[in-house]
Amino acid sequence: MAQATTTARRRTRRLNPIDAFLWLIRIVAVVVILVGLTNSLTSGRLSAQQWRDLMVFGVSQGSVYALIALGYTLVYGVLKFINFAHGEVFMSSTMIGFFAADALARSGMWNDQPIVSLFIVLIVCMLTSTLVAITLERVAYRPLRGSPRLVPLITSIGASFFLQYTFAGLFGVGTRSWPQVEILQGSWQFLGFRIVRTQAVVILAALAMMALLYVFVERTRTGRAMRAVAEDQETAALMGIDVNRTIVVVFGVGGAMAGVAGFLWGLAFQTVFFFTGFLPGIKAFTAAVLGGIGNIAGAMVGGISLGIFEQVGPSAVLAGLGVEGFNQLKDVVAFTALVLVLIFRPSGILGERLSEERA
Amino acid sequence: MALLEISSLSKAFGGLHAIDKLDLHVDRGEIVSVIGPNGAGKTTFFNVITGMITPDEGEIIFDGADLAGLRPNQILALGMARTFQNVRLFPNMTVRENVMVGRHTRTKAGVFGAILRTPAFRAEEEETKRKAEETLSFFGTRLVGYRFDQPALNLSYANRRRLEIARAMGSDPQLLLLDEPTAGMNPRETLEITGLIGKLRDEKGFTVVLIEHDMRVVKGVSDRVIVLDHGSKIAEGPYDEVAQNPDVIEAYLGRPATGTA
Amino acid sequence: MSLTAAETTELLPAREVQLDRAVRVGLIGGLTAMFIVTSGMLETFDLRMIVDPILSLGYVTLMAAPFAVGYVAGKAPPVLEGYAAPSVGARNVQAGAIAGALTGAIYALYALIIHVLDFSSVFIKLTEQTKKIVTLDMGAGGVLILALVMAVSGAVGGAVHLLERRWKRAVLYSAFWVVMFGLLEVLVSQIAFVRRISAVKELLYGTDAGLTLIGAVIIGGLVFAAYYYLDGRVRAATRRAMALEGQQRRRFILISLGVAIVFLAVLPQILGPFLSEVLDLAGVFLLMALGLNIVVGFAGLLDLGYVAFFAVGAYTTAILTSPVSPKWSPELSFWTAIPFIILAAAAAGVMVGTPVLRLRGDYLAIVTLGFGEIARILFLSDALKPYFGGAQGMLLIPDIDIGPFTIDDSISFFYPIYAFVILFAYLSYALQDSRVGRAWMAMREDESVAEAMGVNIVAAKLWAFVIGAIFAAIGGALFAHKIGSVFPESFAILVSITVLVLIIVGGMGSVPGVTVGALALVALPELLREFAEFKFLFYGTLLIFMMLNRPEGFIPSRRRARELHLDEVEQDAWLAQAAEQDPAPAE
Repeated sequence: MAQATTTARRRTRRLNPIDAFLWLIRIVAVVVILVGLTNSLTSGRLSAQQWRDLMVFGVSQGSVYALIALGYTLVYGVLKFINFAHGEVFMSSTMIGFFAADALARSGMWNDQPIVSLFIVLIVCMLTSTLVAITLERVAYRPLRGSPRLVPLITSIGASFFLQYTFAGLFGVGTRSWPQVEILQGSWQFLGFRIVRTQAVVILAALAMMALLYVFVERTRTGRAMRAVAEDQETAALMGIDVNRTIVVVFGVGGAMAGVAGFLWGLAFQTVFFFTGFLPGIKAFTAAVLGGIGNIAGAMVGGISLGIFEQVGPSAVLAGLGVEGFNQLKDVVAFTALVLVLIFRPSGILGERLSEERA
Repeated sequence: MALLEISSLSKAFGGLHAIDKLDLHVDRGEIVSVIGPNGAGKTTFFNVITGMITPDEGEIIFDGADLAGLRPNQILALGMARTFQNVRLFPNMTVRENVMVGRHTRTKAGVFGAILRTPAFRAEEEETKRKAEETLSFFGTRLVGYRFDQPALNLSYANRRRLEIARAMGSDPQLLLLDEPTAGMNPRETLEITGLIGKLRDEKGFTVVLIEHDMRVVKGVSDRVIVLDHGSKIAEGPYDEVAQNPDVIEAYLGRPATGTA
Repeated sequence: MSLTAAETTELLPAREVQLDRAVRVGLIGGLTAMFIVTSGMLETFDLRMIVDPILSLGYVTLMAAPFAVGYVAGKAPPVLEGYAAPSVGARNVQAGAIAGALTGAIYALYALIIHVLDFSSVFIKLTEQTKKIVTLDMGAGGVLILALVMAVSGAVGGAVHLLERRWKRAVLYSAFWVVMFGLLEVLVSQIAFVRRISAVKELLYGTDAGLTLIGAVIIGGLVFAAYYYLDGRVRAATRRAMALEGQQRRRFILISLGVAIVFLAVLPQILGPFLSEVLDLAGVFLLMALGLNIVVGFAGLLDLGYVAFFAVGAYTTAILTSPVSPKWSPELSFWTAIPFIILAAAAAGVMVGTPVLRLRGDYLAIVTLGFGEIARILFLSDALKPYFGGAQGMLLIPDIDIGPFTIDDSISFFYPIYAFVILFAYLSYALQDSRVGRAWMAMREDESVAEAMGVNIVAAKLWAFVIGAIFAAIGGALFAHKIGSVFPESFAILVSITVLVLIIVGGMGSVPGVTVGALALVALPELLREFAEFKFLFYGTLLIFMMLNRPEGFIPSRRRARELHLDEVEQDAWLAQAAEQDPAPAE
């Protein structure tokens, strides 16, 4: 029977139909984007100033995504698992931050002592989301370490809904609105860009946090432990690293970053309700993949790119294609970006870091 | 003509040359052992020729066909089947089902046959089942009877190794690649597997390439031994000849200190 | 490897119930009680009587917390090999009581605080009514009474372990069914209304829903007797039926099929329009669940945008059958539309499947989620409004005609829906037990090995996506016909998650499990509409709970149970053992 298939086979270089189809998608995507862009830019529908505004808005939106994306990236880097509930960690900080800000606003301190109050609210936000993230890890994820991959993933989906509806139950389903900060009204001019002050704060704060985190991961003992655990848990444990503690730190740091994101969200977009975390959560994950999951700088790059795609994309591409109501399709642009990235370059713009890909 | 012909095959991981310009051939009906110190690139060699890893360069001709760009399942269909160093069965499928999966490329039934339960589908299913049981009976009584319906994870370690060989045999290959088939076995089991490898060729007509650390096994079964070190072939020939080769001894034991004899 | 040594050596002393653990779970119980109060569950649930004058669902829920922690605290740790089994006794009760008392104490403290201070601007559910309920409307004295009852409840929870297994089951189940019957008054009264057997209903239930005391005693007694008597016998009977061979086996299967079909045929007639409506909806979800079961349960591909296929089916039907679909309106009948629906679904399955073929499992989840959202937004958008009607949706989808019959109400819709359920269940079984099913299973277990063993991963994945898509699309088409219209809001991400919950609770990969899961988890919330705000909280909790405690589901498939439990451990043990024997490190 071993000799049954002995005929010499023709030497063929087969073009797989799947690859062909993917190439087709790639080409179509590039053509569509180019045609849309050319049409929009030549139509002069938006002035240069309006384009710049959109860009700035995209960057500030993207900074928030980037901060949330850090939580996904860190956890994925270390545990190879998507913490689906991370969007809710972010939402929890915005929600609790609202109550702190609201209380301060009622007491009049919000605008009398803006710097102090903002600082207090920032701390509240960070503490909340860190606490939520660490609790999640302890209660829901730690007992599942080493189970088949789908199990923790499904758990995190459950946790996501649990948190959403817990917040809905405790604080109601209505939308709450952060108080405005007077000193952050108006805008600054910068190199010909007009930047709304809150947006400037968002961008600067996000950049600062990223830099801090980068130093933390690259330069400190704990950061080194994190990288070691990401590389190989067992070996790290043998080298005397407390793996459990390190994983708690990873969740904690990711949570703290989501807390900053929640704080900035409150300043920039004001409104919050129990479902606020869902879309930014998915988009932040998209950003993490876009930049290269497990890669801290990648989260920043991915977040800001996604923010720009999402703000500029509809006007730049869809409008040029004559799509009606293109502004409704912001989210479609974001998700399409995700699909395209995974088709074009699954390891993201900057590639995966923290540890090598394990299939 | 050789069954498997490999020329200037290379694969690097980062800066590490796991396989470096490797040329070798395997003739039909041979039993060839691939040996070498740890990290010599033996398993990578298996991974590359079975299509699980894409080589950086080089040509692999199997049974007259160029394997470049083929997926592992297509390579299996051409008649090259393997086992894994760390035993990778489908643990929750039964013993029989494991071998039936091995027959996947030799069967055709599709979704519609399964849904409509056509006579052709039923006949093929029966045939697959019969063939699987026949293959399992190659190992004597160890994997038959009530074992057919046991999940693979309930098997003993040695039986898992046997089942993995059975699964590969199930695909009616011409060339069987065995990655350390006796690893983790006790001396008696090792002896049994050694005999089995001979039977694989003599009774079943497979050509066999095996990676092995246990030199008694290598000595016992091989027609020819190929020694790899740092991804290149450093020696080749009958066991006794290779065992005397100073390069091989050096690869295993390190360079002898100068001045001492 | 033989572990007979344990038989000859002395057993180690038993691991007893730990009292400090009781304190820990007691704290958790306290937090739970606080949550029940603060989330408004207590107030909403209090409106529903279980046993008419004395016990509302609110208090049942509140008391369930200390009972559960008492049960957990009083449970002895699992007996390990080489240890003696612990004796049961006062210690179990004591641990339960400690946990319950702690829960009660935390509750009391919290109740007093919210009674005095006003938090209602933050926690909007802490209304005056809630405050009344937490104190039994008797101030601090009421709080004290409730706290004491909680301590007792915890002790009772611990004391359950003193009962012999058979008694324990009978007691717990009779309590469970009393609550269920109290809740499902609507079910009994609907049947009673249709069948005019209201005497039974009046005996069991009071005027204001909820069981009467006599009713509670009757139901509790009946359930107790049933469980006590049937314990072990049902299992033995099933085993006998399974062991039948050849001719007998065939006859048994035919008879049970016949009984099932007759039962299904008369079921909607007995249940009446309202309950049939509920079953219809559950059936539509069941169609989706069977499809997702193929994708997730068989092939191991986690698809979170599954609702998109449901939408494709509904919209395709709407375009093909409705006379007022905006752009193009062929006005086919349901039956002639079916081939096109299948084609559209298959195309959608390939479209979603292809880009994600080479992706790792968890990326797949997010990408499919993205696809689901893209589909929903596109259906909603103005850009495609000329085709899909945008936010206004599409109307006037006609009824289904079967020969001379018109399927136009909830009772008659039951038949096509469940006919498809039976068909899809059959298809699931047929596929599972075939070359294709084996390829899926192998792929789920180890994708790269499956490919090395000859499985065409691309084909296997695409088939799973396509078949899953077709199941969901047929579900969507029936749904559209039943409602008579299609709106984009029906296809939110929550539907995907709900379907996922159904198959996980029932048991991934298990057709009977998925069926029971869908019926229970869709029908129950429909019957308990007044608690709709807590539905997703319940689903989320259930997901976490199942994954932590019973990842194989309540009615698992044989395989899945093995896969998700002990055997990983067993396998690791084997590997470790292998490594020990062969110290040569991996290459």
